[in-house]
Amino acid sequence: MSQKVLLNSKEVNITLHRLACQLIENHDDFTNTVLIGIQPRGKFLAERLAQMLTKAYNVKNIQLGHLDITFFRDDFRRGDKPLEANTTTIDFIVEDKNVVFIDDVLYTGRSIRAALTAIQSFGRPQNIELLTLIDRRFSRHLPIQPNYNGRQVDAIDYQKVKVKWLENEGEDAVYLIDK
Amino acid sequence: MSELSVNHLLGIKYLNTKDIDLIFETADQFKEVINRPIKKVPSLRDITIANLFFENSTRTKLSFELAEKRLSADVINFSASQSSVKKGETLIDTVNNILSMKVDMVVMRHPNPGAGVFLSKHVKASIVNAGDGAHEHPTQALLDSYSIREKLGGVKGKNVVIVGDILHSRVALSNIYALQLQGANVMVCGPKTLLPKYIKELGVSVETNLKKALEWCDVANMLRVQNERMDISYFPSTREYTQQYGVNKELLDALKKDIVIMHPGPINRGVEITSDVADSKQAIILNQVENGVAIRMAVIYLLASKIKQ
Repeated sequence: MSQKVLLNSKEVNITLHRLACQLIENHDDFTNTVLIGIQPRGKFLAERLAQMLTKAYNVKNIQLGHLDITFFRDDFRRGDKPLEANTTTIDFIVEDKNVVFIDDVLYTGRSIRAALTAIQSFGRPQNIELLTLIDRRFSRHLPIQPNYNGRQVDAIDYQKVKVKWLENEGEDAVYLIDK
Repeated sequence: MSELSVNHLLGIKYLNTKDIDLIFETADQFKEVINRPIKKVPSLRDITIANLFFENSTRTKLSFELAEKRLSADVINFSASQSSVKKGETLIDTVNNILSMKVDMVVMRHPNPGAGVFLSKHVKASIVNAGDGAHEHPTQALLDSYSIREKLGGVKGKNVVIVGDILHSRVALSNIYALQLQGANVMVCGPKTLLPKYIKELGVSVETNLKKALEWCDVANMLRVQNERMDISYFPSTREYTQQYGVNKELLDALKKDIVIMHPGPINRGVEITSDVADSKQAIILNQVENGVAIRMAVIYLLASKIKQ
């Protein structure tokens, strides 16, 4: 199994700052905006961005939630492994809000399709945007594209893009792994 | 990734602790789902479930049906009183006829102990036992333990007494298995005539004095006297039963602690439990009902995930 570094710790940090600034450009003081991390892996990115917006850019009133899409996925009973549910924590109503979905890697787009359905249980948002750290372009199964994008990657099907976070896996880095 | 060790839920006896943990963790997520403004998820939209009730039920039947609908399954209902069972059809024939209509899962309540096990050996569908005679009622025991876990933070090491008609109760047997599996200490309390002869072999302690039992326990699960299953008189009168084994406010106030009161329903107010106790803050009877839907969603979801396409 060989692996290549796509982004190291410093590059991840620069990319996160850029994404945070792009969010501020479009969402001003975030009064009508909510950030939604897509479980399980989008949670870390969403928390990191929320923290950065609050501490480094002094944005107040950041509303952050995490959405689990397990029960809305379209591959139930279709894979070898059972789907395991994660926690949803959305303590606010998204009715008429600007929602930003946050996920680490955008691949087929099926998770985001599930998230678009799942979020409807919490109201009708004004609009929904998508932020991803890594966009595996040319591998989409659905017409879904990110509004904010850390890095585009050309990877083939048998390769895996792995995002690691300091608080969880000991380092901030993105790897391209040959499985 | 974890999955259940079984393809059917026939009884708690067939489960292990990992299964129970997985069901509870999944139920936690479904409990969040059923408290959303929109309470439905699309997971089981290609699954059809038949609810076969050969014995009366309101709560369990409604709870299963709601759980199935919240998961977007297609549901068909069958009750024996309005069916060809009355014309002499056998259980296997009835079920196979229903399965020919492409049904994936069967939820069954039946007056005969072991009916679910029997069916699971003869038909190609996932079977969920919703109560088989005086044998097991696994989803009730799961939701009872889940409610204790929610109220007291865990089940392990807790003292739980099951009070009342143990002899005729499927809830008692499933609860004993489930609680012991999770490391609780279990006691049964009731008149000797309503305690099974070999109950001690299950590893439970036996007490015939309700006051002593309540002083010992953290949780008291009050059972109904199942008059419909009694062919002889097991105690002199309902009044005397209530005096000996009914829980009331004075009894609870005399204890030095607040114990949790549970009841699987239906309640006979004024018999095994007085109204002021049933409606008190110590009682978690309605929480049990709410948790029942989440637990049944978890069980059905986890079993359905094992049905191959």
